[in-house]
Amino acid sequence: MQFIRLLSALVLMLGIFHHTVEAHAQTVDEATLRPLVQALAGDNFDDTTKAISDLVRTGDTRVSALLNALGAGDLYVSKADKSVFLGKREGTDYVATDPVTGAKLAPVPRSAAEKIKVNNRLRREIAAAIGGLTLMSENAGERRSAAEAILKTRDPESIPLLDQAIAAEKDPGIKALMSQAKAAAILNSDVPDAEKIAAITEVSAGNGRDALGLLTPLEGAEGPVGEAARSAISSINSELAVWNAVQNIVYGLSLGSVLLLAAIGLAITFGVMGVINMAHGEMVMIGAYTTFVVQQVIRATAPGIFDYSLLIALPAAFLVSGGVGVLIERSVIRFLYGRPLETLLATWGISLVLQQAIRSWFGASNVQVGNPSWMAGSFELGLLTLTWSRLWIIVFALSVFAILQLVLKKTMLGLRMRAVTQNRRMASSMGIRTPWVDALTFGLGSGIAGIAGVALSQIDNVSPNLGQGYIIDSFMVVVFGGVGNLWGTLVGAMSLGIANKFLEPFAGAVLGKILVLVLIILFIQKRPRGLFALKGRAIEA
Amino acid sequence: MNAHDTLLYLDGVSVSFDGFRAINNLSLVLQAGEMRAIIGPNGAGKTTMMDIITGKTRPDAGDVYFNGEVDLTKHDEAEIALLGIGRKFQKPTVFESHTVEDNLVLALSGPRSAFSTLFHRQSRDEIDRIHEILYTIRLYDKRVWLAANLSHGQKQWLEIGMLLAQDPKLLLVDEPVAGMTDAETAETAKLLRDIAKTRSVLVVEHDMHFVRELGVKVTCLHEGSVLAEGSLDFVSNDQRVIEVYLGR
Amino acid sequence: MTQWFFLHVDRRGSIVIALLVAIAVLVPLSNLLLPVTSPLHVPTYLVSLIGKYLTYAMLAVALDLVWGFCGILSLGHGAFFALGGYAMGMYLMRQIGPRGVYADPVLPDFMVFLNWKELPWFWYGFDSFWFAALMVVLVPGVLAFGFGWLAFRSRVTGVYLSIITQALTYALLLAFFRNDMGFGGNNGLTDFKDILGFNIQAGSTRSVLFAATALFLALAVFVTSFIVRSKLGKVLVGVRDAESRMRFLGYRVDRYKLLVWTISAMMAGIAGALYVPQVGIINPSEFEPANSIEAVIWVAVGGRGTIIGPIIGAVLVNFGKTYFTAAFPEIWLFALGALFIVVTLFLPKGILGLYGMWKGKRADRAARKKDVAPPPVAAVSGRSPIPEPQAAE
Repeated sequence: MQFIRLLSALVLMLGIFHHTVEAHAQTVDEATLRPLVQALAGDNFDDTTKAISDLVRTGDTRVSALLNALGAGDLYVSKADKSVFLGKREGTDYVATDPVTGAKLAPVPRSAAEKIKVNNRLRREIAAAIGGLTLMSENAGERRSAAEAILKTRDPESIPLLDQAIAAEKDPGIKALMSQAKAAAILNSDVPDAEKIAAITEVSAGNGRDALGLLTPLEGAEGPVGEAARSAISSINSELAVWNAVQNIVYGLSLGSVLLLAAIGLAITFGVMGVINMAHGEMVMIGAYTTFVVQQVIRATAPGIFDYSLLIALPAAFLVSGGVGVLIERSVIRFLYGRPLETLLATWGISLVLQQAIRSWFGASNVQVGNPSWMAGSFELGLLTLTWSRLWIIVFALSVFAILQLVLKKTMLGLRMRAVTQNRRMASSMGIRTPWVDALTFGLGSGIAGIAGVALSQIDNVSPNLGQGYIIDSFMVVVFGGVGNLWGTLVGAMSLGIANKFLEPFAGAVLGKILVLVLIILFIQKRPRGLFALKGRAIEA
Repeated sequence: MNAHDTLLYLDGVSVSFDGFRAINNLSLVLQAGEMRAIIGPNGAGKTTMMDIITGKTRPDAGDVYFNGEVDLTKHDEAEIALLGIGRKFQKPTVFESHTVEDNLVLALSGPRSAFSTLFHRQSRDEIDRIHEILYTIRLYDKRVWLAANLSHGQKQWLEIGMLLAQDPKLLLVDEPVAGMTDAETAETAKLLRDIAKTRSVLVVEHDMHFVRELGVKVTCLHEGSVLAEGSLDFVSNDQRVIEVYLGR
Repeated sequence: MTQWFFLHVDRRGSIVIALLVAIAVLVPLSNLLLPVTSPLHVPTYLVSLIGKYLTYAMLAVALDLVWGFCGILSLGHGAFFALGGYAMGMYLMRQIGPRGVYADPVLPDFMVFLNWKELPWFWYGFDSFWFAALMVVLVPGVLAFGFGWLAFRSRVTGVYLSIITQALTYALLLAFFRNDMGFGGNNGLTDFKDILGFNIQAGSTRSVLFAATALFLALAVFVTSFIVRSKLGKVLVGVRDAESRMRFLGYRVDRYKLLVWTISAMMAGIAGALYVPQVGIINPSEFEPANSIEAVIWVAVGGRGTIIGPIIGAVLVNFGKTYFTAAFPEIWLFALGALFIVVTLFLPKGILGLYGMWKGKRADRAARKKDVAPPPVAAVSGRSPIPEPQAAE
């Protein structure tokens, strides 16, 4: 209802505009128009309805303004001469205007005139009629909204107008919309079954959810129409199911990317070095806080470059988290190599210290990290609406993964890293400074966690507890994917993300998550070393 | 060849790890009461072979039979140990935070269920048997020591003692004399020969002096399959064996 | 009888058991009989506070049984503790009866609030104390058995096991937060009125609960001693130090682990059941993974692989927590974090290890004076020292 009112107001404005520029729609002379206008003040609503359709059939550009006035209750009929005029209340009088010529008339006392009454049915007629009228407008937006209006009202009366409009229409998008509207109107009319079936085919070719709304009333119909409607509904439903699946996959990929970002640093420290770093989540948290600080500095010094704040935060977060990582490795972890359970406890202690440090420094509540403009907004893909941030996070996670692979495979540091993890003593005797490589490897893992923090600051609350929310999930990803294999981490993260999103609709978000945890626990029993496990003697501890 | 009437029977056994063939179509037969020495360069598959016999590794293909009838590939480590196959590891693996005596108590044959151990009381027979083994492996004086405090050689002997306590039909002994002095090595050879009088033994060793002292049939493994088999002199004169050991 | 007792409990264990029995008697007596003005009077709040510490100590003993003696580091023992607590909490909820805010004779307040019409089936029977008491051991026991059966059979060990135990308690945390689960959601179970007909707030009830806690802890110490000093205990330590070696000796390692794991979970469940009436509430936060890890540090501080270490650790750390969170709340997490780091780096054997080292040095000096060789550190004391760290293969 509100929509129609809004639409009428819009069309009214456009109609007035139209009137002044005298668009090249047909214009009939005053003598033809006048009696039709007078007929609006008929004795009952049926007369008025007929008058409206007669007016519309003239195709005159003034009609839409008139009808709008009628819908808004601005048309009056004088008690004395039964003439119809456009009135506007002013004190005890109506300021009157001729509805056909637009000439100013003498004010009419309020007691001497009567409003032409409209009921809801009439209002619908009016809206449909206006819709039909503006179908011929020059303005493409106007034509589009007119077609959309008919799609909503499904008035069979507008079918002939639509035929005209479709014939004249050049814009294929609007033309399709008009055909849809016509089909919708046909479904709402008493035309023979064959035409209805054709209309059903037409409708089901359009937007699935709208079509479903149009076809559902026909679902129970008998005969071939009902049959056609039912089969169309089921095919639309299966199409929607496909899009739902696509949505789940895309949402799952974006959740998986978040998991990948959080876990990939862990895949290095745990997977490559065998160090259980329970403070990994805090490295992510520190990265997020670095983003916050960078943005604060930019806001204070150069607000103009705020859109680039994340690009500046990336290296900053890498360095800060990486630096903290190196510090932790040198001060604690290096004394605990080969004692994974002790490492786990010590790093848990570190995580408590880091959390409390951030809490003392920045306060316990969330800090506000802004989104740059290119992260805001959304775009459409088929029947889906996706936010840009969702897309960016997928792109970002995959790039981080690719760069990390390159670093490990192609650089000297990567080569040394792999050498040290495969045979520490041999690497050391070949002149590789293993302690140095250890520290850098740990720093790399932590730095990547920091980068993940930059990304997560865009989609999650930045608080001292940020890391705690990710640590268990990250471990699950690494363990599920298989330790010591970055590809495993990628596949693990994505499949867990997608599994989560597919379970959510059936089980709800929390239960879905619980199910995923239980499934992983069961999975680890079956394959204790994950999806992509290394085999062989060397792995046996 | 038939598995019947053999103690240990391996036929066409293969296993690979991530594409690397650790054992390749290996066949080996051990008669009851026989002692056999296995030699071969590093990576020849000696330890993997022991892993397969003791159920630690499942072969991809091939038959492994014990006593001519028991399919070892269908059992796990504990079951295989209870069937009567004992194993000594390359790196001496004793229970470091237990005393020497407790190490033997754990190894001693007897009921292995959790509840029976909870209410287990040591019998006179068991104590006697443990003392006997302690004398055999010359650790009677050190029986209250923690195993962690033993020397490398003593740990090796303790592990052999644990094998004896297990009372197995077949002993798999992986590099028993690594890190031993010459005198200790000679003692160990003597000990193993004594053991072999009543049981079957499979010894993996690099030390040729030791193998010579054992004076038994030798099998040389290379790249996961048998390269040569026979007396030590026969095997060590085989051209392929020489190539494998000296490189080509 | 005494002979049988001392066969299974060493000197230290006996002292602890005697001490616990003594405080089980003396603390309630002092609270109930001595005048408030007396310097020996133990105020009621302190009775409950120490009672709470003792339930933590029991959780620590349970954890030590699997971690210290069998090498299974559980990061999810808090889950068994909380499940025991919930079983007891359900009994206490049913005891409220029509005295709740909504005065429903059967349904607890939160169910009325959620507009539930009848009691869910899993709440049946909890109006009986003995049924609830059975569930206190049965629920954690069955969960532990099922979980352990799967995990140990497929040889999930070390950090992998630790991580999935953490996932277990995390999953339960999420589950218990849900209102639909029927355990009071976020708020948990609270506003208890009485237990076995006695007012739960009364000083006398609290004293009895305290005595029960001390006695159950003594029992836990006895059971642990019994297990550890039997041949089973030797097998467990063997599993801890060289699991695969145990298998090659013919032991079904998974069954041994499963047995102690289940016993330990039941012990934790009892501890949780004693905890709930003394603190007056049980809510999902007890499932927080952080709680379970904190319990690990109690054991580590006291000395794992010993029987009394966990008790000392649990009481000390929690005393520190009570003190710090009241006096310097900012510092507590720093202190706890530092404790984790210091203990793992410098005190791998905990406080008892430190004591042992001090005693060892004294014995060493004494021996040197007498000019005789020091005896090798034997397991005379019945303790099982932690092996030196070995590089992973």
